[in-house]
Amino acid sequence: MQQEVLLAMLAKEPAQGSRLRARLDGALGPLGEAINAGHVYVQLARLEKAGLVALQASAGTPDGPDRKVYELTPAGQERVTEWLAEVSWPRPDLAEFHLKLIAAAAAHVADPLSIIDAQRRELRRRLRDAQRAVMAEPGRSDVALLLEGVVLRLQADLRWLEACEEAWTERMARS
Amino acid sequence: MKVSQSQEPVVRACNLRRDFGRGEGLVRAVDGADLDVARGETVAVMGPSGCGKSTLLHLLGGLDRPTAGEVWLAGQRIDQMSERALADLRRSEVGFVFQAFQLMDELTVLENVELPALLAGRSPRSARNRASELLERVEMTQRSGHLPTELSGGQRQRVAIARALANEPTVILADEPTGNLDSAATTDMLRLFDTLRASGLTLIIVTHDERVAATADRLISMRDGAFVDDTRLADGTTRSLSKLIGLED
Repeated sequence: MQQEVLLAMLAKEPAQGSRLRARLDGALGPLGEAINAGHVYVQLARLEKAGLVALQASAGTPDGPDRKVYELTPAGQERVTEWLAEVSWPRPDLAEFHLKLIAAAAAHVADPLSIIDAQRRELRRRLRDAQRAVMAEPGRSDVALLLEGVVLRLQADLRWLEACEEAWTERMARS
Repeated sequence: MKVSQSQEPVVRACNLRRDFGRGEGLVRAVDGADLDVARGETVAVMGPSGCGKSTLLHLLGGLDRPTAGEVWLAGQRIDQMSERALADLRRSEVGFVFQAFQLMDELTVLENVELPALLAGRSPRSARNRASELLERVEMTQRSGHLPTELSGGQRQRVAIARALANEPTVILADEPTGNLDSAATTDMLRLFDTLRASGLTLIIVTHDERVAATADRLISMRDGAFVDDTRLADGTTRSLSKLIGLED
């Protein structure tokens, strides 16, 4: 997870690590389980070192890791603004699969159609998990919206595999 | 829901064949299909356009007759049944759902849903009660007095499903039920299918939609009129999904 996510969550108000963790859980639901419990604290420590967050003057409570209240520094504030304006997007890795099919066919070491088939089974399995997770979410929750993104991407990948299958069926028939 | 395999299948096809045309122009739309669908099972049938999946659905529901082979529906062989007996059986055992909804545009939502019960000879009062009950079940009570043209695609499909349930069928046959729906309406429809499955209904769904296929109990792939794959799908976890949203490498 990008450290800017935590920074941006501090933009609303200073907060303890546990509070940020709870907000992440609210936005990610079951998918948030992938984030290690200590991850938020490790990231906060790094951000502090980088001068992007600072510890708020304590109200005199004893020091526990969870009692620390973090706030954005001016540099942190600036980084958040930049990050929100960035147009980044996850990069789908289609070339590897494409080249796998071409290499398999050229060397006669594997059948491209069985490679496509195996890939499709795996994507369908993931799609099932994602669609079931959407259906388990109440109404239009934050988590449901994220899961819908997962579902639609998988659907797009499966459509591409369908196109691959069609093209490779034709090629194999010709050769 | 757990499917009991000991019961006899609700839908059964043996060596099913359906030819169209003849001589040079002969097309074998369904070519030697064997199928057993257990009570309570949700089966998705996928395949490219023209692979014969819609023809298969029509044969299973008694809307069309095979060139060869047998079709059994709710314990009765239907491929050689008289037209009249078949119409009666179809009306009581099968509910159809279509991509284009096939609602009567000049009738209200309530009138559309009560129609099958009236055609089956139920009293107007009992047909109306049943229709109101079903509209509640698909959460369309508020729209009872509307015309289909005043509804969204997702709402129309809900009404069409209520209508399909009018005569308490044992099996629902659906042809591309999400073909005209957006992403959110598709999820609503899949939730509704889940409640139907939970109530013990058998669903056979012909679809292009990977989301429908992925949530079925069983997925059959068709090519050139034949089944090339028949897979039972098992539930997984959301753990694997974290990789897909950028939280894990």
